[in-house]
Amino acid sequence: MSAAAAAGTPTVTRTPAAAGALAGTRALLRFALRRDRVRLPVWILALFLGTLSAAGKFTSLYADPQARDSLTDTMASPAGLAMTGPRHYLDDYTFGAMLGHQMLGFLAVLVGLMNVLVVTRHTRDEEETGRAELVRSAVVGRHAQLAAALWVAVVADLALALLLAAGLGATDLAPGGVTGPLLYGLAHAAVGLVFAGVAAVTTQITAHTRAASGTALAVIGLAYALRAAGDAGGHDGLSWLSPIGWAQRSYPYVDDRWWPLLLCVALAVLCAGTGFVLSTRRDVGAGLRAARPGRRTASGALLGPLGLALRLHRPLLAGFGAGLFLMGAMYGSVLGEADGMLKDIDQVQEALRRIGGTSPAESFASMIMVILAVVASVYVVTAALRPLAEEHAGRAEPLLATGLSRVRWAGGHLAVALGGGTALLLLGGLGIGITGAASAGDPGLVLSLTGAALAYAPALWVTAGIAAVLFGRLPRAARAAWTVPVYAFVTGYLGQLLGFPGWTNDLSPFGHVPRLPAAPVDGTPLTVLTLVAAALVLVGLDGFRRRDLETK
Amino acid sequence: MTKAIAVTGLHKSFGRTHALDGLDLTVEEGEVHGFLGPNGAGKSTTIRILLGLLRADTGAARLLGGDPWHDAVALHRRLAYVPGDVELWPGLTGGEAIDLLVRLRGGADRRRRDELIERFDLDPAKKGRAYSKGNRQKVAIVAALASDAELLLLDEPTAGLDPLMEVVFQDVVLEAKAAGRTVLLSSHVLAQVEKLADRVSIIRHGRTVQSGSLSELRHLTRTTVEAETDRPVTGLDRLPGVHSVEIIDSGAGAGNRVRFTVDGGRLGAAVDRLAACGVRGLTSHPPTLEELMLRHYGDELAANGHGAPALHEDAR
Repeated sequence: MSAAAAAGTPTVTRTPAAAGALAGTRALLRFALRRDRVRLPVWILALFLGTLSAAGKFTSLYADPQARDSLTDTMASPAGLAMTGPRHYLDDYTFGAMLGHQMLGFLAVLVGLMNVLVVTRHTRDEEETGRAELVRSAVVGRHAQLAAALWVAVVADLALALLLAAGLGATDLAPGGVTGPLLYGLAHAAVGLVFAGVAAVTTQITAHTRAASGTALAVIGLAYALRAAGDAGGHDGLSWLSPIGWAQRSYPYVDDRWWPLLLCVALAVLCAGTGFVLSTRRDVGAGLRAARPGRRTASGALLGPLGLALRLHRPLLAGFGAGLFLMGAMYGSVLGEADGMLKDIDQVQEALRRIGGTSPAESFASMIMVILAVVASVYVVTAALRPLAEEHAGRAEPLLATGLSRVRWAGGHLAVALGGGTALLLLGGLGIGITGAASAGDPGLVLSLTGAALAYAPALWVTAGIAAVLFGRLPRAARAAWTVPVYAFVTGYLGQLLGFPGWTNDLSPFGHVPRLPAAPVDGTPLTVLTLVAAALVLVGLDGFRRRDLETK
Repeated sequence: MTKAIAVTGLHKSFGRTHALDGLDLTVEEGEVHGFLGPNGAGKSTTIRILLGLLRADTGAARLLGGDPWHDAVALHRRLAYVPGDVELWPGLTGGEAIDLLVRLRGGADRRRRDELIERFDLDPAKKGRAYSKGNRQKVAIVAALASDAELLLLDEPTAGLDPLMEVVFQDVVLEAKAAGRTVLLSSHVLAQVEKLADRVSIIRHGRTVQSGSLSELRHLTRTTVEAETDRPVTGLDRLPGVHSVEIIDSGAGAGNRVRFTVDGGRLGAAVDRLAACGVRGLTSHPPTLEELMLRHYGDELAANGHGAPALHEDAR
């Protein structure tokens, strides 16, 4: 060092190029963990507690060997396998095997989601908002931001894995075993890292956070679909194409195999490496793929309040539509086995008896309708409050300064909320109807179940009406509209299971809908709900016509 | 001439904040009216009331002969608006946003739309989320000017535009004026208002402090005079209406230089006095809007530690 000083060379520390490219990673990691100090613990705790409660449910519901056998039969159907995991778990369906079979694939999707959001949030989002420029102008290496984001993912995944291992090890799921819980936890971490790696690649490709995370989520969806198809059809080769399939094939609590997880880690490293290499081929803030130019002029369909609203709501509506159809299809596929599946669960039996119906399958379907309707109502509230969001974003002002009246503008959004909600019920109903008819061998179910779902439309309209009134009259309190779906879920679903008093249900618009197909058709409440909804929408629109626009 | 905008005694409060406190504004048909004031003076609130987006607490407002709140939609077909802070839909391209706004206003000439896009050098195929602030502003300007609106309400329309585009904007506004359209131009870019406006209203704390044509306002202010003479000028400071006399020492043999300000109408006596001392060189310039503004906001600046004496130095 003294020689260097004597030679008059500058005293800048020389680091190898690789270390220079990572300069500042540690500081950025600490900064990222600080930014996520609430977000990540909430994610990890929610995943952990969800797993624990499922484990608790297994041990309480299936203590009886007969119940276990009946569950095994249900799960052995293609539909059951598609929703869960490979058939091998069923060979000896212990509590541990149930957990690995039923929870691992599902949790893998959520852990993947967490990883994708973490990585895009600390890389592409920073670049898109321009904050990365400020950071990169400091002593921060080319690869430091991506490296720090991946480290955050590693930290979160390992924390979840260890928490799961410790928590499950302490339960009476599989007494004595240490390997099972540890492997089960690490399977989550391994699959999570794969999708963190996938996100490291997708963030290089497009310049927009939503496109980057959307592409990565599509990869998760593809991985899940591959394993679902492989497991349901007994084509093991397909499942082996999916990292989620690999994690499931570590068979925690069954075979305790470690090597499939090494496949995951290898793929994660490969993806992350690809991400680093790709990032050197693009500029800060840009994507590898240049943004595609859009239309230079508007199509005729866009040029009205309804066309604009449809265009703005389209992505969300399409997402909910696909989701509800799949949800309906999932429940419908087990409808045929509903009798066997439910007869040993006392709580459910009690609830179904309250609902009525000629068979457990019918009562079960009625209960599923409530869930579908509640999910659709989440969309309806979002859509009905969209004009307020547009107002706050400053995008209502230029529109309302044109020949467009307030009522037509807000009416366009509300029309999409009302019509879109109804379309969602139709899709959910068709989903459960088609697969239900197939699994129960009764073609008539397609129509009757679709009709049963559509019976909830007036309740959805009332929900939209409540949101409209808040939007028009009390914009500051508009978020209160969210109590409607939450309350409907608590009383309509949990309340039925746990036996809440009847009046709690009457406070929810969903409580007045006849529980088709178990209950008989009754038009009176539906007519009343529709009239109430119409009145609420009118009151809301009238309020909006009279109040000040919320400006930025 | 009928009035395009007639506002008297407008009041508007948001909670405890009094945004407008008895504002008056009159805009004649066919004129470009500068609407000047510092940030938070109430310019945007006034325009939003004129658009029927906000409702005034008290006071009267007429727009193109109608009531801005009750006849909002009918009036909007006859006007175009450019907000100061343009927000676009992230998923819609600039071209789509322009077409949408133009169509909702009642349609426009396709050729003019395309010509404006070209003049403003705007890429209409980009998505809203990809535009910079200046480009978002251009989208709103093109949408507003592509229509045949009688009245243009422009709320700090050039914020974020580069100087080249500002020139284009000025041309376009002057063309609109030549076509007989009325323009309300809110701004704190004084040079722009000076170039474009026939009359200005200066507002502050939600109240109009001065209104009139630029020449009327100049009449109220002082002209700055700088002169070089053969002999030292004496007795200037005893003349009525002459202020801030300053003898400039520009070194030996450079002659005698003096600078002062003089009230409008008192200029003659001062020039006579200079002539008596042998004028070698004389420059004078009318007050800029900067000076007009500084006169009205001088107390604020003084309170912030920028004394009024600096004004004359800056005013050159």
